[in-house]
Amino acid sequence: MSTQTPSRAERLADGLERRFDRFRDGLSVFKGDRLGQIGVGLLVMFVFVGIFARPTTIEFLNITIPGIAPHDPTERAVGGRLESPSAAHPLGTTDRGRDVFSQLLVGTRVTLLVGSLAAFMAVFIGTNVGLISAYFGGWVDDLLMRITDIVYAVPFLPFAIVLVAIIGSSIVNIIAAIVLILWRSTARVIRAQVLSHKNRPYVESAEAIGASDVRIMYRHILPNVLPLAFLYAAFAVGWAVIAEASLSFLGFGDPNMLSWGEMIFSVYNADAVRVAWWWVFPPGIAITLFVMSVFFVGRTLEKVVNPELRHKE
Amino acid sequence: MGLREFVIRRLVQLVFTFWAFFTILFVLFRMVPGDPTSMFLLDGMTAEQREQRIAELGLDQPLHIQYINYIEQLLTGDFGQSFIYREPVIDIIVVRFMNTIVLMGTALVIAYLIGVTFGALMGWWRGSRFERGGIVVTLVARSSPEFWVGIVLLSVFVFWLGWFPSSGMRATGGDLGGGFVQRYGSLDFLRHLFLPALTGAIVYLATPTLLMRSTMLDVLKADFIEIKKAEGLPERTVLYKHAARNSVLPLVTVMAIATGAAMGGSVVIETVFNWPGMGREMVRSVNNNDYPVAMAAFFLMGSVVIIMNFVADLAYVYLDPRVEYE
Repeated sequence: MSTQTPSRAERLADGLERRFDRFRDGLSVFKGDRLGQIGVGLLVMFVFVGIFARPTTIEFLNITIPGIAPHDPTERAVGGRLESPSAAHPLGTTDRGRDVFSQLLVGTRVTLLVGSLAAFMAVFIGTNVGLISAYFGGWVDDLLMRITDIVYAVPFLPFAIVLVAIIGSSIVNIIAAIVLILWRSTARVIRAQVLSHKNRPYVESAEAIGASDVRIMYRHILPNVLPLAFLYAAFAVGWAVIAEASLSFLGFGDPNMLSWGEMIFSVYNADAVRVAWWWVFPPGIAITLFVMSVFFVGRTLEKVVNPELRHKE
Repeated sequence: MGLREFVIRRLVQLVFTFWAFFTILFVLFRMVPGDPTSMFLLDGMTAEQREQRIAELGLDQPLHIQYINYIEQLLTGDFGQSFIYREPVIDIIVVRFMNTIVLMGTALVIAYLIGVTFGALMGWWRGSRFERGGIVVTLVARSSPEFWVGIVLLSVFVFWLGWFPSSGMRATGGDLGGGFVQRYGSLDFLRHLFLPALTGAIVYLATPTLLMRSTMLDVLKADFIEIKKAEGLPERTVLYKHAARNSVLPLVTVMAIATGAAMGGSVVIETVFNWPGMGREMVRSVNNNDYPVAMAAFFLMGSVVIIMNFVADLAYVYLDPRVEYE
């Protein structure tokens, strides 16, 4: 062992430092971007509200953190029916006398759940399909890309409606319906990116020293396309949330979980859009704000991924 | 590869995609809970009638024969009978399909006209307050689901200001009868069309706007723009005649994606505004387990998307002489 070759620890430290630099580089983009900051701020707020909306008990510490929501969202007749906002009910009540404000806070949970899970799974599938497709090429590429083309031919929302109507409208099925369509854009983009990396010297040298296909794909190429995958994950969160809200609005939401889309479905079905502005506007604004915040974050991430964009502003 | 070979290859791919889409439909609608044959049967049939109907439809045949028959039926436009309306699905769906195309077509045309102009100006005045404000406005519009934009417009323009009718396609009931001009030619129809079309336009505005802006930024960097400016041409001429025209091309490819989004959007927008189109019919039929209608609606929506993808690909190679047929 000569002293010239860096030890394993040194290499690790070096790698970490580079990664940290990249991370700091990413953060600095946020520093100059007002929209990105607003997006992150809003997201943090939504996550906080989602977690603490209802009382949470931490078993092993034996403490209960009180929920932010003043009432149980399904509790009946806490107030009069269709009451306009008051001190007791900051956003009024529904046609069944339920507290709108509490429903709004608790509805955050479905949004967070669907947004994060569906986006993660869609991007996970899409990244793998794109990576495998581009790396192996040939018939594998042909097959996977034709499948992607076919998925592009399926209209998103109608497909989700039919699937959920047939297999039942539980939150799991809704997420599955969204994921089955949503992976397609990530697959195409990641494939294009991997194609441009495939013949670079670092991949060739890994091949030369006999690294396995799996190792080259996941150890060498993947880290380079991961930022792009994150970018698509951010957008996927937005699309997933819009899809869930639309499904719920049409009456195909999970009947056991209250979501913002379902709240608007109730207002619409109670024929109360005309009278109860306090019931219909909050959930709608919440959906827009949430999706907007992930889009803002996505736009900022785009500048991390594609530095050329930084000068376009 | 030449142009002709490209077109042929793309045609083969079109047929293949259609076949795959048919298969997805077949599998999806065989997953219907309970007896899959029930979707072709009407209530109140005697056992004998049922059996006869099943035999008529070939549902007693093995699955692969059923599959072949099914594809044959789709190709000949035979979607069976509706359970609810008790008439052939094709008669129900065609009128509603036209209504959907008129509505979503109008929405997309408005979205593209405004989006292209708006995006070109945003690229031209880059760094200005107009541009920054424009980006925020388009992103906010895109962050709103269609039903939410619809409800806001409904609240403001119908319930508050009372300028427009709240639902349907015309004032005098019977949304579906009449010839083409009679149906779509009146002022009353336009009054009903305005809000739902505007809803679609607002939501679909973002894609062409942002894309137009970013291609404009690339085109404006090109040398020929500098030359045109140096020639002393008026700014307006350079903007419209040279910069904007050269930036429109990429918009052709996103047309297909926009159509796909619009097909899904029609489901929601038509429900909000009670528009007698295919999307609303689809929700209604799924809720009533009227599967033949649901399947026909889904089939037509998918077909529109597949054909638009095809048209967009061809238009792109036709319009851009630099394109390589890969």
